Amino acid sequence: MLCPKCHGPMQTYNRNGVQIEQCGNCRGIFLDYGELEALTRIEAQYSAQPAPPPQAYPAPAPQPYPQQHAPSWGAPQHGGHGGGHYGHHKHRSLGHMLFSS
Amino acid sequence: MAGAPTLTDALRARAIAAGSGAVHDTAVLAERSDGTVVRGGGVVLKAHAADSDREALAQRVAVAAHSSLAGVLLPPLPYVSVLHGRPVTAWPYGEPVRRNTEPEAAPWEEAAVLLARLHSTPPPHALPPMRGPAKAARAVARMRAARPDAAVLDAWAGLPAWARDEAPSPSHRQALCHGDLHLGQLVRHPPPDGPWRLIDVDDLGMGNPAWDLARPAMWFAAGVLAPGVWCRFLGAYRAAGGPAVPGQGDPWPYLDVPARALAVQTAATAVAKSVAEGRVLDEMEQAVHDACRRMAQVS
Repeated sequence: MLCPKCHGPMQTYNRNGVQIEQCGNCRGIFLDYGELEALTRIEAQYSAQPAPPPQAYPAPAPQPYPQQHAPSWGAPQHGGHGGGHYGHHKHRSLGHMLFSS
Repeated sequence: MAGAPTLTDALRARAIAAGSGAVHDTAVLAERSDGTVVRGGGVVLKAHAADSDREALAQRVAVAAHSSLAGVLLPPLPYVSVLHGRPVTAWPYGEPVRRNTEPEAAPWEEAAVLLARLHSTPPPHALPPMRGPAKAARAVARMRAARPDAAVLDAWAGLPAWARDEAPSPSHRQALCHGDLHLGQLVRHPPPDGPWRLIDVDDLGMGNPAWDLARPAMWFAAGVLAPGVWCRFLGAYRAAGGPAVPGQGDPWPYLDVPARALAVQTAATAVAKSVAEGRVLDEMEQAVHDACRRMAQVS
């Protein structure tokens, strides 16, 4: 499927059981009929949940970094999809690039 | 090897004399036509490019010596010379970022705060333009001579004239810039655990301060640098009141052009080097080249 705005390739992601198409170029999001309502419903259920009981030790932060703004030409694997970018792994050439003009 | 003493030999001899005086304590830190750097004990001598504008270099070194930049730029030692036709300056030795550490462990916040302070300091005297666009143009010229890569040239053609060093930088939003920020431009002084300082003033000058953020921004956008690391760097710059981007919201309207230019510069340098070394692009270089290719698709 191609993005209706910029004709970039759309990739499918699953969010709480809802299929979402996101453009790899402009990162625009396409929702099928009823998907926005499904997401709204899930959000309302989440908000209605009682607060978790206090803990003796603070829980680790689940997501320390919010999703970052990125340019339209950025690599498509951005944004908390659990990896894909090269920085997660140790590469000899990464070190070289970060230290040179 | 026998033969006439090289520039590096001459630098080493002077570094030994100027530094500790101990021969075992010398090291060649860089050996390039645009910068040969030799350490002798606590002193580092740098032979700049033979074609450097001597007056502009003196102005740039004077900025590093100025009291308003104390705590931001490593100040020079009072020594200027010429060896083998190349101007030579002297600097105290500082402890560099270790190359084998994970990118996450590098001093990103410290670099960002130093840049915010640099960009916020009024220039102490008249200064030439920051040389970032000139270096990008030089890298493209080098690539054209080695192997004209269509994707990189297309991305270059899509940039405004100022980013290609073909017009002055827009007069609004001018600030004192470093001009060539990467992790090799940070040292701790006094070594080994003093505060971090910026080094290498060869490209320093007046220009668009977003240029100094644009290399980490480009690494992030190309998928080379983890989003969390970019977030730390940008957040620290904003918290320190850096003027290159607004304090909140999407910074990319300000970063886009310089980040594209630095992607082109990096890809062009990679293509030229890969041709010279008879190899293909490595994974990181390919990621930046891919980013250049996507620019043509979206612009």
